[in-house]
Amino acid sequence: MTGRGLLPVAAAVAVLAVIPFLGISGSLLNLMIFMMIIALAAQGWNVLGGYGGLSSFGHAAFFGVGAYAMAILQARYGLNAWLALVIGIALGALFGAFIGFLSFRSGLKGSYFALVTLAFAEVARILANSANFTGGAAGTILNLQSGVAFLQFADRRVFLLVVLAFVAIGLLATWWLEHSRFGAYLVALRENDQAAQALGVDVFTVKLKAIALSAALTAASGCLYAQDYLFVDANIAFGSWISIEALFAAIVGGAGTVLGPLIGAIVLLGLGELTKGLSGGIPGLDLLVFGVILVLCVAFSPNGLVTLLRRLGIERRGFPAKTAKEA
Amino acid sequence: MYSPEIVIEALLNGLMLGAIYALIALGLTLIYGVLHIVNFAHGALLTVAMFAVWVLSARFGMDPYLSIAIVAPLMFAFGYVLQRFIIGPASHGKDNSILLVTLGLSIIIENALLAGFQSDTRTINTDYSFRVVEIGPLLLSFPRVVGLGVTVLTTLLLWLVLNRTDTGKAIRAVAKEKLGASLVGISVPHVYAMTFAIGCACLAVAAGLLMPSFYVSPKTGAAFVLVAFTIVVLGGMGSVPGALIGGLLIGLVEAASGLFFGDSLGQIGIFLIFIVVLLFKPTGLFGVQQ
Repeated sequence: MTGRGLLPVAAAVAVLAVIPFLGISGSLLNLMIFMMIIALAAQGWNVLGGYGGLSSFGHAAFFGVGAYAMAILQARYGLNAWLALVIGIALGALFGAFIGFLSFRSGLKGSYFALVTLAFAEVARILANSANFTGGAAGTILNLQSGVAFLQFADRRVFLLVVLAFVAIGLLATWWLEHSRFGAYLVALRENDQAAQALGVDVFTVKLKAIALSAALTAASGCLYAQDYLFVDANIAFGSWISIEALFAAIVGGAGTVLGPLIGAIVLLGLGELTKGLSGGIPGLDLLVFGVILVLCVAFSPNGLVTLLRRLGIERRGFPAKTAKEA
Repeated sequence: MYSPEIVIEALLNGLMLGAIYALIALGLTLIYGVLHIVNFAHGALLTVAMFAVWVLSARFGMDPYLSIAIVAPLMFAFGYVLQRFIIGPASHGKDNSILLVTLGLSIIIENALLAGFQSDTRTINTDYSFRVVEIGPLLLSFPRVVGLGVTVLTTLLLWLVLNRTDTGKAIRAVAKEKLGASLVGISVPHVYAMTFAIGCACLAVAAGLLMPSFYVSPKTGAAFVLVAFTIVVLGGMGSVPGALIGGLLIGLVEAASGLFFGDSLGQIGIFLIFIVVLLFKPTGLFGVQQ
């Protein structure tokens, strides 16, 4: 059991690591970097929303903390990029624990939790947009400095590998979640938190750890986003777009599965790009497609593409399909 | 500091804007009270209604207030179809799925409008858009005075529908006891769709009232959606009087914080109320303990 589940994970990472060296175009490389950044944000969402059953509508809050930490620490305080990255992730986890502490102490779940996370992200957006510290509405620009110490590379394929390494860490963390006692507690409280509590699971602490881990992964995604675009403002960092894309990718790919968020991000952004290309740039059409896919997914394949593929594969080989409970 | 007239004027104007907020929240809270779903698409549906009012005015020169008579039945039908044939079947009755389906719908609607109308903001110019009503020393915005009056009328009408008609009786029955209602022969999917439709019709009225003094772009509804949720949570999810009082309170808070902190920070007051109520009293002022 132990090592076998890692095989598809390793295969996926290996394939993604090889693709940039097959002579793909610059714009395709950019799309791949963006896909991996969104995949990382979605992996963060998946820890809390997929395994813990707590759907957040405000993961932008953590993405934004990471992005702003990365930008401000470097541009304002001249910190080393790697150090800024570590601090950004830590601050994201801390902010997650803070929101989690307040919400879980009040026993918020379901739509109430979704709404309160959304409100926190909005408050962060408005504050970042008006505070001097963040550069206000003008945003913060990072300096263009090539070199390993600055986490900026002349060859963008290297940056892709860095992002991919983080996605691999996210995959490993999720895989660990599936096989650890902590992950079992988390799934138990998703299915029935009262029963889990009655069996002796410390529900509050488990949820708190889950949101911290979830926020850390999404903050890492924000850090890398800022580093990639070298610019941050409130509507990018704390805008609802990233909350939505993280949630969509995880759910469409398969919430509560290891590979789901990665597959979801690739499929969604791939289709989005395709729509943009085919429609000749009519605004909003790509997001419209996202919305349609989400509704179709919830209606016909509530466990996501991963489960759908697995079911098709197993059925073809003549085995009975795994039910949602077993998977 | 500001003179008392300016403060009172601002607060009264805020109160009247709050009445329109209340109308938006009324639909949201009604849907929550009966279907027990958080309708995330509410803001996007408001945008649809506002665009409908704008199109009728821009293409056919229709007065925004009069256009309510056309937009309200259209929104009613749209809401019915949406709940009966999309939200209901697609979400299999699961809370989380309903939340996601309505979120998906809001993205679809918002971006369909963006593709059709671009992101420009659009306004309607009427000769009363900037008219003021003088009451003693106070100058009040005419569209907002109308807004307050029509909101009161709409609420009365809604109360009559809920309390004096068979449909209203069925809606209240389903809200209280879904299984029992279906046992005595009430079609629950139909009542759900009717409730959703009534909520959408309220949005049409709100759209007609907003357009003379407000603008519409595909993102307008998103700005209202958190405000509407705040009102509903503050008043108590599912409570109709709660939505009214919550709406007026939020209008006041927005006017006061806008006056003292400026427009961009003014909205923060609303979100902070939202967070504090959710964290410390999620049942709101008039909500029932679940």
